[in-house]
Amino acid sequence: MNLALSDEQEFLREAARGALSRFKTLQAAREALDGDEQALPDLWPTARQAGWPGLLIDEEHGGAGLDAFDAMLVLGECGRVLAAIELLGHLPATAILGDAANAGELLEPLASGERRAAYLPVSPPSDLAEDWSVDPNGSAGRLPAPVAVAAQGGVQVTGKLSFVPDAPGADLLVGVALLDGSPVGVAIEADAAGVTVEAVRRYDATRSLGHVSLADAPATLLEVSPESLAAAWHLAQSLLAAESLGSVETALDVSVAYAKERHTFGRAIGSYQAVKHSLTEVLRQLDNGRSLLYYAGWARNGAPAEFPLAASASRSVGSRALDVAARTMISVHGGIGATWEHDAPLYFRRAQLSRRLLGGTGMATDRVAEQVLAQADAA
Amino acid sequence: MDLDDTPEQAAHRSKVRAWLEENRAQAPVLQGPGALQDEDEILAARRAWQGRLAEGGLAGVVWPREYGGQGLGPIEQVICNQEIARAGVPGILDAIGVGMLGPTIIAHGSEEQKTRYLGAMLHGDEVWCQLFSEPAAGSDLAAVQTRARLQDDGSWRLSGQKVWTTNAQFASYGLLLARTDADVPKHKGMTMFIVPMDAEGVTVRGLRQISGEAEFNEVFFDDVEIDAGSVVGGVGNGWGTALTTLMYERVTIGLSGEGMGYTPTRFAAAIAADEHARRDPEVRRQLGEIASELTAVRFTGYRTLTALQKGQIPGPEAGLAKVTIVNGAIKAGDLLADVLGPEGLDEHTDLAYMVSFLPGLKSAGGTEEILRNTIGERVLGLPPEPRLDKGIPFSELRSKEGAPA
Repeated sequence: MNLALSDEQEFLREAARGALSRFKTLQAAREALDGDEQALPDLWPTARQAGWPGLLIDEEHGGAGLDAFDAMLVLGECGRVLAAIELLGHLPATAILGDAANAGELLEPLASGERRAAYLPVSPPSDLAEDWSVDPNGSAGRLPAPVAVAAQGGVQVTGKLSFVPDAPGADLLVGVALLDGSPVGVAIEADAAGVTVEAVRRYDATRSLGHVSLADAPATLLEVSPESLAAAWHLAQSLLAAESLGSVETALDVSVAYAKERHTFGRAIGSYQAVKHSLTEVLRQLDNGRSLLYYAGWARNGAPAEFPLAASASRSVGSRALDVAARTMISVHGGIGATWEHDAPLYFRRAQLSRRLLGGTGMATDRVAEQVLAQADAA
Repeated sequence: MDLDDTPEQAAHRSKVRAWLEENRAQAPVLQGPGALQDEDEILAARRAWQGRLAEGGLAGVVWPREYGGQGLGPIEQVICNQEIARAGVPGILDAIGVGMLGPTIIAHGSEEQKTRYLGAMLHGDEVWCQLFSEPAAGSDLAAVQTRARLQDDGSWRLSGQKVWTTNAQFASYGLLLARTDADVPKHKGMTMFIVPMDAEGVTVRGLRQISGEAEFNEVFFDDVEIDAGSVVGGVGNGWGTALTTLMYERVTIGLSGEGMGYTPTRFAAAIAADEHARRDPEVRRQLGEIASELTAVRFTGYRTLTALQKGQIPGPEAGLAKVTIVNGAIKAGDLLADVLGPEGLDEHTDLAYMVSFLPGLKSAGGTEEILRNTIGERVLGLPPEPRLDKGIPFSELRSKEGAPA
């Protein structure tokens, strides 16, 4: 039994915190919200220098050969300071390629970060939805996955995906398409004919999103199992959870510090039970989320059949924790917490958008229900 | 990061498993066909089984060898607990004695006390109960009013009332926190005693709860005489001694793990059996949220075990898991009752019992509100609630509250 960080993991986390501390990410986030998107620092060179693009790629292909939990630690540090690094899109894409038998050549430039990939999120079927599906642009309900047809030298893919994390500027798009109704892995050059990526920003200026449109786009057919394709979806869920919980840590730290120094009626406000208990509630949800990250980090290789449950539970708890933490951060600070100059609105905006990405928190929660119902059926 | 046994732990596990395989036929049957019905028979069988577990080295694993334990670490105890659960046999009867009170006596008791009491406790020959909480001293345990007065011959006279006492109805001894000096601040004037439950003036009454069952007892002490050798840890040191017990309480909860039996699968099974409910989005959302939190607790338990394995003691943050478990189980009970309707509240069902049991559990081991205070102050470092009882003699405090000390 060992659910503690190794020395290497502690070092990875500290190094990430140190590297990101050199940038004024929060100030940049606010300026970007004010319309100056150039204000956001390009953190990809920092990521490359630290070796983060190759975290999940094996050493044979130039990566670090680390595991999902290590990636979660880095995402957590990004979340702490709302750093805009394109890892949420890149890492699940590299996980699919790493599982593919014929993607070796694609991996090396992705491992070094010379090229950047983006994962095209397609959710695997559930007990109530028999099809692979994608997020809609609007309230249309989930939409069908892209379709692949055989073509010379591979396949051609047609479909639309909305709000794809980190798609703008990516060199390679990696995801799932249905070939004769069966899920297959596809890798598509972003500059290929028939590919358009429309950059979109919504509510949180630090989150790079894109609407991806594929019209007979030429693609490499990846030799990868449907299980790997499903696991990439779940990996993205757990990475988003890790990032959210990193943001919770900061929101809680800042709120606690303020509750200690701000006085009303002759007492520090943190001495009031109403304030103390709401901060303790944030800690409770953070701690639950952390435990589920350990579960997801362990299950991805240690118990793959449990990875959908572990990752979905971490997403469900992590997203809700950030919502509660951001709202608590605002209310503990009183009126000032709701002003433009304060950091609390930045965390609040991060929370509100993150909750709705990658299928939304509700879909992850429903997946947890599906998984525990299946466990009960099997028992 | 792994959930695997080390080679030594694996060896311990297979030893335990082999022992259980060999001895399981002797275990009392408490549920299902052939289950014992008579209360006295059940008690006798469980005592005997505890003795057997102790001899086999499956109880008191962390106790020192000189007192009949195995001198091993908490992980080995957890392995025993896991294997006992896996074998589907009952654990020890006196978990409170062996888990919390025995270690307190080992830490603070005299040699004479250790020799006299520990062996009989471990083997289930003498069951113990914890006499700490009172009607007006629960979360604020240092407010105990049960008085022990020193007599000229060195013996003590004990008067007062304890409550929420598990196993008191068949316990041989109790570890009792009493006030011995009301003229000093409340944390200073207490002493810990060993009290024979068959002494004259001790009355035990079952305390019925919402379910109608008496899970706990009230214990009354009417001028009970106890001898000078009954003091544990020194006169006036009762609070420090009690803190040791409470620390072992956290360890015991940490070691029991697995969410006190409130597992996600247990609740999912009832939903899974209902073709309509299992497809209802609102039911699934609630089930998903509950299951996520209860699943988290399982891994919080593993994190606690990792810390214990490294020699760390669980701090107050361990209480957060209790908050999650109790509230998760309450929500689950509510959800199942919603799904099943009035039929779900049939008194004979596990569900109705659980629905009745959980509101009280919220306050077990200290109310949730006080737990959140403690965690806010000791983990987050928030400033304490202003206190009006610091440094004031207990008797003065009581008269301020409008009552005699």
